[in-house]
Amino acid sequence: MPKGRVSIVVERCKACGFCVEFCPSHVLALSSAYNSKGYHPPHVVHPEKCSGCDLCGMYCPDFAICASKVDTPAAHNSAKSHDTDNATKKEGGQ
Amino acid sequence: MSDSLDHDLVQLESGPVENPVEQFLRSDRVPHIWCPGCGIGTTVNSFARALIESKIDLQSLALVSGIGCTGRVAGYVKLDSFHTTHGRAIPFATGLKLANPKLNVVVYSGDGDLSAIGGNHLIHAARRNLDLKVICVNNLTYAMTGGQTAPTTPDHSITSTNPYGVFEPSFNLPHLVEAAGAVYVARWTTFHVRQMARAIGEAFRKKGFSFIEIISPCPTLYQRRNKLGDGLDTMKFYKEKSKVRNGAPTSEVGLTLTGDIVVGKFVDRDRPDYQSMMRTQFHESLGERYIEQPEMVCS
Amino acid sequence: MKPAHQTADPRGVLTGTHFMDGDHACCEGALAAGSRFAAGYPITPSTEVVERFASRVPTVGGTFIQMEDELAASITLQGAVWGGAKAFTVTSGPGFSLMMEHIGYAAMTETPCVFVDVQRGGPSTGLPTLPAQADMMQARWGSHGDYEIIALCPNSPQECFDLTIKAFNLAEEFRVPVMFMMDEVVGHMTEKVVIPPADQIEVVPRRHTHKSVDDYLPYATNGDQVPEMAHAGEGYKFHVTGLTHDERGYPNMTPQTQDKLVRRLQSKIRDAADRIALFEEDQLDDADVVVVSYGITSRVAQRAITLAREQGLNIGKLRLITAWPFPENKIAGLAAKGKTFVFPELNLGQMVREVERIAGRAKTFAVPHAGGGVHNPEDILKVILEAARCQTH
Repeated sequence: MPKGRVSIVVERCKACGFCVEFCPSHVLALSSAYNSKGYHPPHVVHPEKCSGCDLCGMYCPDFAICASKVDTPAAHNSAKSHDTDNATKKEGGQ
Repeated sequence: MSDSLDHDLVQLESGPVENPVEQFLRSDRVPHIWCPGCGIGTTVNSFARALIESKIDLQSLALVSGIGCTGRVAGYVKLDSFHTTHGRAIPFATGLKLANPKLNVVVYSGDGDLSAIGGNHLIHAARRNLDLKVICVNNLTYAMTGGQTAPTTPDHSITSTNPYGVFEPSFNLPHLVEAAGAVYVARWTTFHVRQMARAIGEAFRKKGFSFIEIISPCPTLYQRRNKLGDGLDTMKFYKEKSKVRNGAPTSEVGLTLTGDIVVGKFVDRDRPDYQSMMRTQFHESLGERYIEQPEMVCS
Repeated sequence: MKPAHQTADPRGVLTGTHFMDGDHACCEGALAAGSRFAAGYPITPSTEVVERFASRVPTVGGTFIQMEDELAASITLQGAVWGGAKAFTVTSGPGFSLMMEHIGYAAMTETPCVFVDVQRGGPSTGLPTLPAQADMMQARWGSHGDYEIIALCPNSPQECFDLTIKAFNLAEEFRVPVMFMMDEVVGHMTEKVVIPPADQIEVVPRRHTHKSVDDYLPYATNGDQVPEMAHAGEGYKFHVTGLTHDERGYPNMTPQTQDKLVRRLQSKIRDAADRIALFEEDQLDDADVVVVSYGITSRVAQRAITLAREQGLNIGKLRLITAWPFPENKIAGLAAKGKTFVFPELNLGQMVREVERIAGRAKTFAVPHAGGGVHNPEDILKVILEAARCQTH
């Protein structure tokens, strides 16, 4: 049962690699998919290891990723932080 | 053939998460113009977390920037924000603060803007101990205009205006602002995301001139010309080469091209800020005739 | 949309009859107008304006800060404006040159403020203690890019008081930097200055928005040409930039946005030019020769006009109180009636070029002076007589 959940706004990502490198649990890797600017956004490869520490969010210079703990109130919020082009990819249920 | 992202996603609990920085962004202007691997956005995350942690009243927060890549921060944050002229964020911020002392005024600008063209204003504001929080993102170059030499560019670096190598000594900014009179001086790198946030929070709680230097990659120009890799390589370099020395004498924290980066909180002292000195002086000289104006809102 | 009016805050009004010089009167005018913030840097012959302000404001309720240079002073005052104050600075030629970038910033961001230039001999260090009127074109064109400003020229210490109030009022009405073009003689001459009771002084308040935080757009003009303002700290969370921007205040660097913005910055002044252009006229209708002048030169010119009229000539007087926007329609009208212009200035020909530009076939005689003193009335008279001779042909 993972403790955290990652949310990625793929259209903002510029594939700098900070989140992949600095995730302490190595949850992420750059995917081979492209966003519309031609960058490879990250994807979650070890979701079970995510602790929700949000170091990925703290490092991301493009505000393209964040993580939170699954039993936090944020988990029950409705989508307020979506970017305008609706390219937020969330783990689960889409 | 590339994988589709849907295929790669793993099913977890439903519901979106809120990025703490999002409430402070003008989302209609994101994606921003900063390059892949640039560290400025990372500093903004730490800034956002400091705002949340310190529970500062956002209505009374004003952000002033100058010209340059870091200067663009003002345009991306959802605060009363002023993108002023090159080097003059500090005097603009001074006017803002003096007209409305209730404002918390942050100056968010780059190394060239603050220490070259803005150098005079930097030292005088520190001398006066004006209650300003200065966040200086130092990418060791004039990035926006194409990577020219800045007063902070380390010796022997290659830049567009020193194509054969910089031969001037560079400024040691913590040393400079400490000597000028700053009461809070710290340096971190963009690798130190938690420490940056903590330092910014401390600066908010400090009365007087606070200066936080944040070393940041400029992968497109500085790092590329000096064959130092990309943004990620630079972050790993910061991780490896940073030596935390809280309280280190600022004379010892100068930067070089490939040497250690001394980080930490170097100066945290107390002395009366400009406005309290002003009030004290006027009370002493004028007694009851002195009229203190808390804010000058003209209708 | 005409601005609301208020009367002056009595705390800043030194009601009474005074014997003071132009610099001091200018400071009192600023206080009467409601200014409670100045940032300055010392430069002869302007320094007394802020020295007086520094000694007055702590008992009125305001702030003066002497900054480290004019580059700082010229933008510190703008920070104060966005913090809620009416603000100004004072300088002379060399400092005025340093302030040019920030005059452009004020024009671009539509920051209402006043820049006082007590003109002295130039160029460069020139004649620090002696008069000239050689910054007049610089006042209009000194910063880069297309923008408009308003410039006023007092010719007495009394006008230094009255017109400083006018300068602040125009700044607030049009959200524009106003250049207050004094000269060393007007600044340092001591005359009677009557300061009326506060309730007889009209001041224009800040054009502050009444819109809610959600509806407010910092640079939307709602059918008017001047946007409404908000201050930092009120919850509007607006953005101000010197980059070409749209109605949200966001940088929008396209030719279309540039065209829309810069033309509006121009038209908000030009469309109101007839209302802004103040002048004093005398016996223009029958005049053959019109003597145009401003500032201290207008007082010398008056003597020359009197002498010429004593010789039986029909001489009209047009004294510019507003130098910019230039009273084009007025000059064009006089030129169309076949009048000849004589224009003495304490420079080698600056505002006279505006008359030449507009006057068409009408003849214009400049009476230049390199500065350092004022004209002799006889020198102006000589040219008036020459102009009158040309007229009869």
